[in-house]
Amino acid sequence: MMTADLRAPMSACPACAAMPASEALAQSKAAMKDATISLSLPGIHCAACISGVEGALARVDGVHEARVNLTLKRASVTAAPEVTADDLVAVLTGAGYEAHELDAGTIAATKTDREGRELLMRMAVAGFAMMNVMLLSVSVWSGAEAATRDMFHWISAAITLPAIAFSGQPFFRNAWAALRVGRLNMDVPISLAILLALVTSLWETMLSGEHAYFDAAISLTFFLLAGRYLDHRTRAIARSAAEELTALEVPRAWLVEGTGERQVPVAELAPGMLVRVRPGGRMPVDGEIVEGRSEVDRSLLTGETLPVFAGPGVAVSAGEVNLTGPLVVRATAVGAETSLHRMAELVAVAESGRSNYTSLADKAAKLYAPGVHILAALSFVGWWLWSGDVRVALNIAAAVLIITCPCALGLAVPAVTTAASGRLFRRGMLIKHHTALERLAEVDTVVFDKTGTLTAGAPEVMGLEGHDLRDMEVALALAEGSAHPLSMALAAALRARGVAAAEVAEVAELPGYGTRGLWRGEEVRLGRAAWVGAEAGAETSAFLKVGERRAVAFRFTDSLRAGAEDAVAALLARGVKVVLMSGDTTPAVEALAGRLGIRHWLAEALPGDKAARIEALQAEGAKVLMVGDGLNDTAALSVAHVSISPASALDAARVASDIVLLGGDLSPVPEALDVAGKAVRRIRENFRIATLYNVVAVPLAVAGLATPLIAALAMSLSSVTVSLNALRLR
Amino acid sequence: MDVLVWLIPVSLLLGGVGLLAFLWTVRTNQYDDPEGDSQRILSDEWDDHPKP
Repeated sequence: MMTADLRAPMSACPACAAMPASEALAQSKAAMKDATISLSLPGIHCAACISGVEGALARVDGVHEARVNLTLKRASVTAAPEVTADDLVAVLTGAGYEAHELDAGTIAATKTDREGRELLMRMAVAGFAMMNVMLLSVSVWSGAEAATRDMFHWISAAITLPAIAFSGQPFFRNAWAALRVGRLNMDVPISLAILLALVTSLWETMLSGEHAYFDAAISLTFFLLAGRYLDHRTRAIARSAAEELTALEVPRAWLVEGTGERQVPVAELAPGMLVRVRPGGRMPVDGEIVEGRSEVDRSLLTGETLPVFAGPGVAVSAGEVNLTGPLVVRATAVGAETSLHRMAELVAVAESGRSNYTSLADKAAKLYAPGVHILAALSFVGWWLWSGDVRVALNIAAAVLIITCPCALGLAVPAVTTAASGRLFRRGMLIKHHTALERLAEVDTVVFDKTGTLTAGAPEVMGLEGHDLRDMEVALALAEGSAHPLSMALAAALRARGVAAAEVAEVAELPGYGTRGLWRGEEVRLGRAAWVGAEAGAETSAFLKVGERRAVAFRFTDSLRAGAEDAVAALLARGVKVVLMSGDTTPAVEALAGRLGIRHWLAEALPGDKAARIEALQAEGAKVLMVGDGLNDTAALSVAHVSISPASALDAARVASDIVLLGGDLSPVPEALDVAGKAVRRIRENFRIATLYNVVAVPLAVAGLATPLIAALAMSLSSVTVSLNALRLR
Repeated sequence: MDVLVWLIPVSLLLGGVGLLAFLWTVRTNQYDDPEGDSQRILSDEWDDHPKP
């Protein structure tokens, strides 16, 4: 933050996408009036796009500065407060660039960014020191003697000690944190090896001894920092992409006041306020409808696909989607008190179960750390008793610790996960959790949610052939008069069949009920069962009533999400048990299960049921992958061994899951299982390679034959082999 | 070997200059948009005079 404060105003582009810069701007008084607007530009890819977007934005009145970040595919705009994001989006759409507003508060990634920068600086210092010390060591290895050797050792010490004091801090801090609670992690042997090597080398140098391990200590630090940095970057990329998904949903609401309406951030709402929710909008608060009639889509909360009638007095909860008519809602609960938020909090409780998973690296460390310490201690005691010389014994113990130091182990996991995550990222999958790949590799059961996961959440008309042509013509005329999702799907399907709309007069939509009009002097209605006087079935249907004749039903099914059939077939083919769990009605779930060939299914499941079933499956020893998108899935997502949610999912569901699917396609899911399996195989291979090096080098070290040259060779060779092995995944 | 007295400090100094330059680039956010920067250099928009 401090650096940003100092530098940002001087840099050529104060709005250079970086949040620190914009925060610093917000703090400085001169820029107080200006607002920073962030836009997501998914379509830009070239130099011409950059100048096109920047030019188009700069021509807007009130825009002071516009800067495109091509890597993040974002634009950051500094503009006068009267310029709104909607204006800018309209300008860019007009210029031919797809643009979406990003919530500036959500993409404030300052902290993570600073962490990465800190690691990079430590790595740079360690790299610089390593190169210089290695050059000095080359002269020592090639036979420098007496005063020259001592001088080279002293210079090495002068470079290494401050460099490690700065660069090694992450390891020392982690090791101390683990030791304080009486545990061992990978950082304990690392820190011990580095410190012991420094102490003995310093002592040797003072006594003008032959062997000093400054080069080994500093290159160890450098390789391990490289592993840490890779690890951090992989997660930072996933995190920033996940943040962008969240930032795309800008939380705003229309507040109804005595004087009119005003757009406000959701955070400013309080219970008792009146909020207008337009058709297509999501409820920002829990509340009660005071005005208007409509239907609401609760599928993200409950998994039901049937829209529910909503009129004055009906309670609604945050997250539901208003379908047809404008509604005015009196807020009863806002922000953290909404049922949406309370459900999301349940997830945090369930999540503690997952932390029981021990990563492969931790498992290796548990075996490895005590073994290494015992070995080093034994060689120290053995040599001390045999030779009676503490100096020799300490030197050999340090050599053992350095040779066995888990340098390759520290690189083994991050190098593989970086390569695997990169490959899956290109296929549209975002690995959010660092052990997600390992857990994914163990999966033997896949549980799918229905609505919004296997289905696209968009209705599709079924069995149009059975309808009378005249009915279809009337239905088309009525359906065209409404923006209801069912009407739109019906109209599209009828038009695709070449049906021409009948001439229906006085078409009017009654929000919450349907559309009606006059056709050849008779009243025609298209809408809910009760409104046209028909019996409602279990399936999603729209009913058409012509005059006094019996109502006809147009039945709908949810269209399948792209790749759903392939994904399920591929999973079944590889012998994975596939289960379908949904909050929807039994016939709807049964029909979909039959269509996809899924034998195990569960319908009308409450959120708790889903989680309980998954827990039961896991108690039987199954490793469950949960794929779901709704609020009713969040508990299940966090209980499952590993979880995936599509980008269209509710924020709470995306937070709860380990992996986010960026595209609309489900087909990468089986591939992710493959890649995860391969990644875990590579990690194990890497552990074996590292162990092999130790098996060769440790006897030399214990026998007192290891020189700093052998230590440096063993370490570099094993690190390079491990990294190359990981790269085979790409 | 007296020349070492000069050569080693000089090499360290030159290396140190490189290190400081790198740290400066990190601290001034020059790695925020590597893709954009590689494309911007191809644009001839501000070839004649600097961006105002």
